[in-house]
Amino acid sequence: MIAALVVPLVGRVSARLAHGITVVAPAVALVCAVMALRVALDSGPWHYYLGGWAPPWGIEYVVDPLGGGMAVLVALLATLVAIYAGPHLRALSPRRAAVFNSLFLLLTSGLLGITLTGDLFNLYVFVEISSLAAYALLASGGERAIVATFRYLLIGTIAASFYLLGIGYLYALTGTVNMADLAMRLPQAGGGSAMTVGVVLIVVGLAIKMAVFPLHGWMPDAYTYAPPPVTMFIAAVMSKVSAYALLRVLFFVLPRTGAVETALSVLSWVAAGGVLAGSVLALAQTDVRRMLAYSSVGQMGYVVLGLSIGNAAALTGALLHIMGHAVAKASLFGAVASLPRDTVQADIAGFAGASRRAPLTMAAFTLAALSLVGMPPTAGFFSKWYLLQGAIEADAWLFAAVLLVSSLLSAVYFFRVIEQIYFAPDPAAAEPDRSRCHPEVSLRLLGPVITLSAAVLLIGLFNGWFVTTVIRHALPEL
Amino acid sequence: MFGNLYPDPNDGTRMNLIAWGQLQYALSAVLLLVGLYGMLVQTNFVRKLMAMNVMQVGVIVLFVSLAVRTGGTPPIEIEHQAAQTDVVYANPLPHALMLTAIVVSVSTTGVALALLIRIHRRFDTVDEAELLDRLRE
Repeated sequence: MIAALVVPLVGRVSARLAHGITVVAPAVALVCAVMALRVALDSGPWHYYLGGWAPPWGIEYVVDPLGGGMAVLVALLATLVAIYAGPHLRALSPRRAAVFNSLFLLLTSGLLGITLTGDLFNLYVFVEISSLAAYALLASGGERAIVATFRYLLIGTIAASFYLLGIGYLYALTGTVNMADLAMRLPQAGGGSAMTVGVVLIVVGLAIKMAVFPLHGWMPDAYTYAPPPVTMFIAAVMSKVSAYALLRVLFFVLPRTGAVETALSVLSWVAAGGVLAGSVLALAQTDVRRMLAYSSVGQMGYVVLGLSIGNAAALTGALLHIMGHAVAKASLFGAVASLPRDTVQADIAGFAGASRRAPLTMAAFTLAALSLVGMPPTAGFFSKWYLLQGAIEADAWLFAAVLLVSSLLSAVYFFRVIEQIYFAPDPAAAEPDRSRCHPEVSLRLLGPVITLSAAVLLIGLFNGWFVTTVIRHALPEL
Repeated sequence: MFGNLYPDPNDGTRMNLIAWGQLQYALSAVLLLVGLYGMLVQTNFVRKLMAMNVMQVGVIVLFVSLAVRTGGTPPIEIEHQAAQTDVVYANPLPHALMLTAIVVSVSTTGVALALLIRIHRRFDTVDEAELLDRLRE
């Protein structure tokens, strides 16, 4: 069982040529992750020592409900996106398709590694593995994408260096980089200025990776110009995994004393600003992909707000929102990118009458959009409900107001698109033959998109089950 | 050989390290700030990349200075030393970590250079301001 988890992690990197492997490997990892999560839920966290060295000397992998749950989410999305990427790959030359496959697997394994590692330095290595793969994938989207990627690379590397420097300070204090060990030793080391510097550096580093406002500058360009399956996966998963890393470090590694409390309260204001700014900026966009990217800035603000409020309800909301938003964003980007080529500009006007040309895709888009707006019974409603409950419990009325206002704003920007989809006349309707015979989109594009938006609905309907069986066990002791 | 892994805060050797090692920490801070400043101010992408590398070296210097013990020898077990009990080894762990970090930084630089070559081929410039002008066209 232990090997079952780690073997795919290693094996998937060497997986190369066939697209089949790209689909099967995440699927296998998904099965393994689900099994590992069940073990972790039944019998407590599960430790694996790489190379047989016990911590604190060796590198440790830990499957606890939180990390295991994230691993399941990552593997699920990787599988669906791999299926979705099929038609996209056929358009490429075999050599480039092979490169795409191996980079995609590298990215997936890096992200899985982040969720499972029990070692801060190992986390840094996995962050860099996934980032490098992401840079290469993003850059394959054409000339504009290359420039956007280069700027992302510079900023991402600053972020990683900050994080590494932060680890350096914690290491100087305690002499260990193992998470469990650090959690034990840090309270004794006391909260001196070295600790403050370390905390600040780690938080800023991870916040850049998450594209938390005002550190989001790199994101919209990178998302807009990248090839569709890449955007779908990276937008859905990468920032979520960084959010997970932040949660892990703040609540499981660092003691909740001076520096961390201050970091949390600063984060909460930043997040509230991000929620509003993301929504307002999204409102100002005409390109739907840019709009979705800015909406991600806002939605990540929700997650950070949940983390920084930091009581049980708010954390539950943050985790549920990580799940719901990952699935919904993947569905949205997937739906936008799978539309027929003549709407490739993807500005809002281009969606006029799209419901008649691609009814199922657009239904999926609408469902996922409703979830981000927070309509019951989708996932977004329940995660916002928990967040709101957390804010009210913490007497943070201002944040509760921010949550409500930005829901309203996201309703406005999504309904602009939805209105075009369903009520605007179809420009192609003038030539009845063309609009009627237009094939919707191939099943391999449609399948994952529909599955994802169904998942949005399912997470919403069965949110009680998710909260009691997984999320409640994943919460840190408060 | 792992005896030194957790330095005792009251240990004399560590006190020495702090008094004696100020210079390295200052060097690390200077490198970091020079790097960051360069990344902010330069408009040429190649120079930005070089500044990035300077910054990463700053981080590496910090870690490596953490490993130093006054009078420490390289952490290798040698037969004639094995009999002695008072040998002070330098801490090997930061070195191992930094080897990995150097590998990471090299591969990042590689990817960045590859991107730069493609940018240069397409736009004939690696200057940020000029690039933004051309992208707007």
